[in-house]
Amino acid sequence: MIKYIIRRLLYLIPVLLGVSFIIFVLFNLVSGDPTAVLLGKNASARQMAELREQLGLNKPLLDQYFDVVKSAFTFDFGYSWATKQEISHMILQGAYPSLCLSVPAFVIATILSLIISLVVSFYRGKGIDLFVRIMCIAGVSVSALAYILFFQYFFAYKLGWFEISGFEYGFPDFIPFVALPAIIFILLSLGPDVRFFRTVILDEIYQDYVRTARAKGLSEVVILLKHVLRNAMIPIITYVVIQIPSLILGALLLENFFSIPGLGGITLNALNSSDFPVIKAMAILSSVLYILLSLLTDVLYTFADPRVKLK
Amino acid sequence: MKENSLWKDAFRRLTMDKWALGSLIIVLIYSSVALLAAMGIIAGDWAKEVGASNMAPNGDHWLGTDIFGRDVLSKVLRGTQIAMSVGLVTSLIAIPIGVVLGALAGYFGGWVDDLITWLYTTFSSIPNIMLLISITMILGKGIFAVYIALGATSWVTLCRLIRGEVMKHKEREYVQAAGAIGGGHFRKLFLHILPNVTHIVIINTSLQFQFAIKSEVILSYLGLGVQGEPSWGTMIDDAKLELSRGVWWQLAGATTAMFLVVLAFNLLGDALRDSLDPKLKGK
Repeated sequence: MIKYIIRRLLYLIPVLLGVSFIIFVLFNLVSGDPTAVLLGKNASARQMAELREQLGLNKPLLDQYFDVVKSAFTFDFGYSWATKQEISHMILQGAYPSLCLSVPAFVIATILSLIISLVVSFYRGKGIDLFVRIMCIAGVSVSALAYILFFQYFFAYKLGWFEISGFEYGFPDFIPFVALPAIIFILLSLGPDVRFFRTVILDEIYQDYVRTARAKGLSEVVILLKHVLRNAMIPIITYVVIQIPSLILGALLLENFFSIPGLGGITLNALNSSDFPVIKAMAILSSVLYILLSLLTDVLYTFADPRVKLK
Repeated sequence: MKENSLWKDAFRRLTMDKWALGSLIIVLIYSSVALLAAMGIIAGDWAKEVGASNMAPNGDHWLGTDIFGRDVLSKVLRGTQIAMSVGLVTSLIAIPIGVVLGALAGYFGGWVDDLITWLYTTFSSIPNIMLLISITMILGKGIFAVYIALGATSWVTLCRLIRGEVMKHKEREYVQAAGAIGGGHFRKLFLHILPNVTHIVIINTSLQFQFAIKSEVILSYLGLGVQGEPSWGTMIDDAKLELSRGVWWQLAGATTAMFLVVLAFNLLGDALRDSLDPKLKGK
């Protein structure tokens, strides 16, 4: 087990170097010299040179690359061009509203999807299965933008059941602000989640061990919950955990529509003001999160399936 | 048995399924609309003011007009061209990269496999939306950046699938036989193995198309997509302000247009999998 984790940890190094390299190429090589944009048209050559010095753009490329790698560990991303604030501070501030929205929504969506897919797998081929399948495929075909726009207009603006936009800090206070975006988040996740979970569960249902379990007289429910679900867990864990990094950004559109001052909002503001360091920081942060979580999934595998250890 | 019987058989099964047939027809209609719009035969005058501002749908303008008095239906048709072109160009970038890298990794194994696996793990480690945003922002807003961004992110899935499938095939008897009669690596890989994994490319392309269309709409909504031309995404962005004034037709037009084609590609992808994947035969 320990050996397996160490091996996985070592494998993270080349991946992290690779990710840093892509981000370095994009933001340091392709994006060009930002000083002219930042200082405006009337900047003197000396001012531009000073700013370049300040931003670390006159360092050798190799040093610039190692700065990117280093920031993946230290989370020291420098300062925003637009707000002049420290980026790590901005991210810490933005994390709270984002997590208030996405964590409960994500947990509820995952559990709900799992329950629905177990039910439709139980009634596979019957009316309810067909109905859910049609709903899912129709559901994923509608643009996320259309859902958000319609729900915000209808439930918040027309009926006034929820706050239209904004955010309050503190536990019970944020609920009216995140309730509607959270419901939309859940609805948006149900379609793809149920489709995936159902396929995975049905893949297992036709295996020989299920026939054996049936032959020894176990009830369908026990087979489904004890045998099938356990075996379907590996793809389900992968699918669920791998979604988490995009979670901080997954609510990007929702935060934008509902003016929630989270990480999605920071990213979009940065996008509109061409604030490269912030986008770069978000790219590094979400990738590091992804890499760590893929390590976590690998560890979880060993609990879900003892055979993994042998590999 | 006749040659090509797998494909004929698959096509016959596909056309027997009326949902799949319907989807195929929808895709063909969208492709023709896109082609005609690209040639300027239809919706060429989308930018012309044809009536009053924000007219509700009526006999002359089936989807009404937008704030500048432009025909919404023409904008939807023009948006179809953008959406389909994004799907097409993305596939044209992703398929060669994904197939070649996947095939090389699966066939040769060893350090080639390690290198290519590292490459796609690295690409997939940056969350998709973040990579899309970064690339489009750095290359400058516009349709070209959207092509590159979606192409650069979408070869990964295909590469992984092809790699796995080629790995299974390279040990099979028919490949050994090809080697025994003197076929080299190139011959075995490209003439013998690849034709047997083509179904993965076809299924994946159908699903890739709908992903590209959905992504284009979101990127355009964020202002990163096509500039100065109507896209379904920018139409939905307009609708954000219009909806509270009761102007719903721009949203309805863009959403419905997108819904139909994405639904068609989803259904087609599922149907293709059912008819082409030999493992699912008879299930």
